[in-house]
Order: sequence, then structure tokens, then C-alpha cells
Amino acid sequence: MAPRGPGRVSVLLPTYNERDNLPLVVWLLVRTFGDSGIDFEIIIIDDGSPDGTQEVAQQLEKIYGSDKILFVFPSGTAYIHGMKYATGNFIVIMDADLSHHPKFIPEFIRKQKEGNFDIVSGTRYKGNGGVYGWDLKRKLISRGANFLTQVLLRPGASDLTGSFRLYRKEVLQKLMEKCVSKGYVFQMEMVVRARQLGFTIGEVPISFVDRVYGESKLGGNEIVSFLKGLLTLFATT
Amino acid sequence: MTKLAQWLCGLALLGSAWAALALAPPGLQPPAPLRQALLPLPVYLLVAFGCYSLATVGYRVATFNDCEEAAAELQEHIKAARADLRRRGLRL
Repeated sequence: MAPRGPGRVSVLLPTYNERDNLPLVVWLLVRTFGDSGIDFEIIIIDDGSPDGTQEVAQQLEKIYGSDKILFVFPSGTAYIHGMKYATGNFIVIMDADLSHHPKFIPEFIRKQKEGNFDIVSGTRYKGNGGVYGWDLKRKLISRGANFLTQVLLRPGASDLTGSFRLYRKEVLQKLMEKCVSKGYVFQMEMVVRARQLGFTIGEVPISFVDRVYGESKLGGNEIVSFLKGLLTLFATT
Repeated sequence: MTKLAQWLCGLALLGSAWAALALAPPGLQPPAPLRQALLPLPVYLLVAFGCYSLATVGYRVATFNDCEEAAAELQEHIKAARADLRRRGLRL
């Protein structure tokens, strides 16, 4: 078993009904880390998926070994719970549905070393970052919401609702203690609180590939709760 | 200070400066041309900000990158992943 170096990266993968995507994401992670020689582990936290995601996670653990893949039952917040098992000094949070491609993780690490950042955030809005599979309406809502967020919160990061990030372990732990919201707003709150605490944030352009065609992930409810969350952050931070 | 507090402070400062100058009693009024420009200033600024917002969001939507190659690459990777995982004994 290779010694656990200081650059070890722990990937936290909360999953829900990702039976099909989970093996693919894990395979891509294993290959990316293998190609770049980065020490890693993947912690899968499944929230009781009825589609057999847990079985798949356990199979993957057998195939790749428990040193590399660990499956844990959730208890409380997936991130907080997953972090208890993380042995790396850096933690990567990402979606398990292939909208985030593991190939960006070595770029996150490079960026982190470059500026000794506490957090490296993937951004869809700068450089050659972008999206695939979004129609005009979705893009409009996304940019409009982001503009509003920039005006109200002046966060110092271009993509607040993105959830593909690298954190120093201690930084993530500190932030998890302070953050209270959920969903999109949680991701925003993390960045806002990070700035309050004086943490530094670097950015790397990423591509977000949305494969869930035809499924409206952005309904009226989500927009309302986003606005409520934004105003709450505006008034309390 | 919260962002809300910052905004309220800023607005209170600018608001009182504007009110002092634009709504001053006859004895302390600034010269007429200045007053003419000052009175509608808040509305002008609001409209200007509205235009700026629309233009900015419009520009950003128009230049939102479409990652065609990323999507294509992902499809390739998925094929390779499925084949390799089957070899390693994963029951998909």
C-alpha cells in the first residue's frame, strides 16, 4: 500500500439514484488520478437510493480496493459525515451524475499550488468554462441569477452556485460548521462565509455537461427558494 | 456589517446628500442648472442601472460557452468506461 502523502485528495461523492452514473464517474476519477499520479481516495455517501446505487458502490469498493473507494452509509449531512472518513488534506466536492468531469481535478490542484488557495472553485462563467445541453431560457435564468448575486453579495467569485470545488480539509470543516442552508444556496453560503473568514479562492474554468434532457430541473419552486436564500444571505452576512 | 446594512448606509448617505442639495429651502439652494440636473438624478441612475443590467446579462447569455467537444468527449469516455468495467467484473 502506497504511503499517504501530503497531497492526498479525498473526493466526496454524495449520491442519490446514480446507479448508472456512479461506476462511470468512479472509473473516470480512478483514471484521472492514475494518469496524473495524484494520491486519492473516493468516499461514496449514498442517501438510501432505491435503485441499487449502494450495491454498485460496494461492487466498486471490491474492484478497486477499500484504500481507494470507501462506501459509507449517511448519517446527517452527507458532507459532514463523509469528511469523518476522509484521510486526504484536500477534499473535492462534485456531482456524481457526470455533469462534472474528473479531468478538471488536476487543474484544481495545480491552481491551488499556484496561489496556495484555501478553495479552488470551478466556474462555468469565465475563461473557456461553459455548459452543454442548456437552452436559452436556462442560460438566461442562470446568468440573471448570477448577476443578481454578484450585485447583492459582491462575493469575489464568478460562479457561486457551482458545486465542483476543491477545499483544504480544515477549511471545509470550518465552513461546514458555519453554513446552515441547503441546495444552491448552500454552495453560495460556503463562498460568502469563506470570504468573511478571510479564506482565499482561486478559480478554474470548467465545462458542465447537462445530460438530463427534457427534465426541468429549474422549476418555479427552485427559483423562489433561490431568491429567498439569496435575500437571507444578503441580510445576514 | 451585513451587505444589507452596507446598502442602507450607502443609500442613506447618498439620499441625504441629494435631499440636502435638491430639496433645500430657497436661501440655501445651489444654482438653477445644478438643481435641474439633481432633481431627477435618482430616477436617471435607476434607469441607467436597469439598462446596464439588461446589457450585461444579455451579453453574458450571448457569450455563454457551449461545450460541444466536452459533451462528445464524455460520450467516448463513457464507452471506454463501460467496456473496462465489464472486464473488471462489474455487473452493470
